Amino acid sequence: MLAFLLKGLLRDRSRSLFPALTVVAGVALTVVLYSWVKGTETDVIRANASFATGHVRVTTRGYAAEEDPQANDLALRDLGALLTDLRRQAPSLVWAPRIRFGGLVDVPDEAGETRAQAPVLGLAVDLLSPLSAERLTLNLDAALRRGRLPSAPGEALLSDTLFERLGLRLGETVTIISSTSWGSLTTANFTVAGTVRFGVSAMDRGAVLLDLADAQAALDLEDAAAEVLGLFPDGIYREEEARAIAAAFDGTSHGEGELTPAMADLRSQPGLATILDLARGVTRALIAIFVGVMSIVLWNAGLMGSLRRYGEIGVRLALGEPRGHVYRSMIAESLMIGLAGSVVGTAIGLAVARYLQVHGLDVSFLLQNSSMLISDVLRARVTPTSAFIGFLPGLGATLLGTLVSGIGIYRRQTAHLAKELEA
Amino acid sequence: MSAPALFLAVVAALLSGGVDPPSGEAILRRVDENLGSDNKVTRARMTVRGRGGSRTVEMQSWIRGMSESFTEYVAPPRDRGTKMLKLDDQLWTYFPATDRTVAISGHMLRQSVMGSDLSYEDLMEDPRLSQIYDATVEGQDELRGRRCWVLALTAKGPGLAYHTRQVWVDQERLVVLRENRYARGGRLLKTTDVEEVERSDGRWIAKTVLFKDALKGGEGTTFELQSIEFDAAIPEHVFSKASLRR
Repeated sequence: MLAFLLKGLLRDRSRSLFPALTVVAGVALTVVLYSWVKGTETDVIRANASFATGHVRVTTRGYAAEEDPQANDLALRDLGALLTDLRRQAPSLVWAPRIRFGGLVDVPDEAGETRAQAPVLGLAVDLLSPLSAERLTLNLDAALRRGRLPSAPGEALLSDTLFERLGLRLGETVTIISSTSWGSLTTANFTVAGTVRFGVSAMDRGAVLLDLADAQAALDLEDAAAEVLGLFPDGIYREEEARAIAAAFDGTSHGEGELTPAMADLRSQPGLATILDLARGVTRALIAIFVGVMSIVLWNAGLMGSLRRYGEIGVRLALGEPRGHVYRSMIAESLMIGLAGSVVGTAIGLAVARYLQVHGLDVSFLLQNSSMLISDVLRARVTPTSAFIGFLPGLGATLLGTLVSGIGIYRRQTAHLAKELEA
Repeated sequence: MSAPALFLAVVAALLSGGVDPPSGEAILRRVDENLGSDNKVTRARMTVRGRGGSRTVEMQSWIRGMSESFTEYVAPPRDRGTKMLKLDDQLWTYFPATDRTVAISGHMLRQSVMGSDLSYEDLMEDPRLSQIYDATVEGQDELRGRRCWVLALTAKGPGLAYHTRQVWVDQERLVVLRENRYARGGRLLKTTDVEEVERSDGRWIAKTVLFKDALKGGEGTTFELQSIEFDAAIPEHVFSKASLRR
């Protein structure tokens, strides 16, 4: 019977083309939007994990409670011992101590007076240790625009935008004016070794990257760090595993005071859970909307089809075909259309998603004054799920549409069939 | 006056405390006079008790009049050689580690001095409160066994860090023993408690003072005056930017 139905659909394109096109369009859009949301979600996680939250993050309780990420008076002390402990407890993660600070970058003239000055956000990471993974985590080789990465103490990287704005030259000395962990003003000189562009507006607007040891000396944070980030080596966030590691760490007794270390996984850190939940909610809503909207459209198409095939259905019923059989055959037809439309729509959707994955979309104009850690170029991400997510609305909508529109068959009265045929 | 009327007048005078209190302005002027405007050389120690622990800084200061001062930090080793120069409404800090002189202005004035509960803005303030505040007497109080006038101060003009203050002035010694500093909206910003007063060269001076920034954690900053020399001969070159780099 299926072969028969298929022949009917192929021969009479008027009853299959419009529904198929509707399904193709809806499925393609679903695949593209799903891949887009997945890509954005992945990017948000990657950017935040690399620059801010890690997949897990260790700070003091007081630092975690502060709204100010530069409250270095609440930094983690005895850093060496803490790192040893972390590597023992969770050897599967890469541990990266970091310090954040704010301040000014001051460019002196020949007399030592200020020639140019600008506010900066500072990030100190382990740049010089041979075993440090920060170069990879922050993708510094790709981010480097001019010069080279620091290879010795006393060297710094500036964001490329800032470097241009201050009219600097590579190798020039700048002074960072900031506050020590005690809150007193401090200065430190650095040679500009190179510039970077991370592709994250919030970072690229005005950032300075130092080696951790230099920042520890400048900010009176010997053997200390504001935070220690833990990252899965492959860069993929495993929520369950991260949560378990954090729970295990907090379960070991460290005390209860403000300076007690505590660990939080990425999801439980402020703000990010909302974004991730939003992304997941958006994905589900998208699919539900497409199923709903497409169902309505296809229901309408089914009604139109029923009107056009009114006579055919009447003949079939008059010939004794059971209503259920007619209904099921219409459902089978619609599923075939849905399947065909889903296949074509998925293919088109994957192609578009793949293009967006490779080329991305530049949204930097939206992020001019944003402090969100999100890439300037958003990319879709094609996953195995992208290949079948479209079938949910594709098949579901056609099925739903036909189920509803086909009910009319059961309202046809055999007694009136003869009159209809005469007409 | 009849005898009963005279009797009633005497009783009324006794009940009222006898003499009317001086005006707030008058009290404040006398406090400012006690400060003196001569040259001074001081040595002091400042202990900062923050959220992450405590540390002590030692400094030597040369003060000329009310608006010029030069301070050099002598301890701990990390801060040794850091200098600060104030000339009227300008302030510079010199950092020996980087051989840089930084002008402290604008938003930087709100920065803490050496991590203490004092800001650079506090240092820039004219110490003569009668010049910048109107004062009224709120009442009297007793503080650490000393009878005090309690004054309410309101800024004479805009631009001051603290719009209002409440000040306890020792009635006998004319030294401020306590001060609460408020923002325009009434929010408490800073408190000062003079824990120890001593007499030097014929005047009373605050020897140990506890400053507390009400918006900051920690237990506050204790400022201890170790020595003070009045009418000191201070070379002119001390109050110049060149002296920062010497």
